[in-house]
Amino acid sequence: MFKYFEPNKIFAITSKAPKYVLFLFIIVLTIGLTEALILSPEDYKQSDAVRIMYVHVPAAWISLGIFTSLALLSVGSFVFKNKNFALIAKSLAPSGFIFNIIALVTGSIWGKPTWGTWWAWDARITSMLILALFYGMYLLAWRIYEDKEQVIKVTSLIAILGVVNVPIIKFSVDWWNTLHQPASINILSTNTAIHSSMLVPLGIMTAAFALFSILIFLMKYNTELIKVKNKGLDRL
Amino acid sequence: MINEIISMNGYGAYVWSAFSFTLISFTALYFVTKLQLSKEQKRFASKFGSLNVEKARAARSQNINREILSNTSNI
Repeated sequence: MFKYFEPNKIFAITSKAPKYVLFLFIIVLTIGLTEALILSPEDYKQSDAVRIMYVHVPAAWISLGIFTSLALLSVGSFVFKNKNFALIAKSLAPSGFIFNIIALVTGSIWGKPTWGTWWAWDARITSMLILALFYGMYLLAWRIYEDKEQVIKVTSLIAILGVVNVPIIKFSVDWWNTLHQPASINILSTNTAIHSSMLVPLGIMTAAFALFSILIFLMKYNTELIKVKNKGLDRL
Repeated sequence: MINEIISMNGYGAYVWSAFSFTLISFTALYFVTKLQLSKEQKRFASKFGSLNVEKARAARSQNINREILSNTSNI
């Protein structure tokens, strides 16, 4: 099955896709920003400060999703001895890291008017900070190690160790008494504590952020493939 | 209307700084990634240009190399 996803076969698609994804991203982001900043209602308790949720929550979701993907791809590269998995993981990491930083910074900005503080060593915030450190180590390892076999082993180890933190982040609000409220959205159930007038902009902004991570992934993956081909030219 | 959107009931500084930080991060990451991509494409084109006829023919026999070259000509 993996032969259909060989870089040589999919490059024709991945090299052309970014411009279409960028176009779609701009459209979805424009709709999302209009909904989030103008059309969606203010909260009865938090007033307009609630609008920060439309960038904070999607950024946190996507950074968690990308790190989980890094761990799965790392396991995949070990099990199937497929180096393309490592290349895909490497290309996903930068956008995951940026989303993690966005979640931390916008969370801090949201914390000031809501909790009266920029930062608290609360379970969820601390575990998100630990995730950012794992992302940092992961990206740094790709820069430090020159040997390909060694860098794949080290980065896979970081991703597999770091993914233990993902369920801790998810359930931290249930396991510990934190400043964060319990989860308002459950993807496994139709019950949600958020009204549709807020859920729709949240969904659109999540779609826009997902498109942005796809865009960065495609550009980064193409860069990595060209790097490999550059080395191939040296060997000719 | 415009003033209401800007002030956000007194939360404007928080809301706008959160959205601005997000959009600035997006823009920075996009341009850094684009720059890295075009740098690699240029390096590939320059290496390809320095190959002799035999090696260039061998390199051109791979679809992916032809694809990279066609994208490089669009930069």
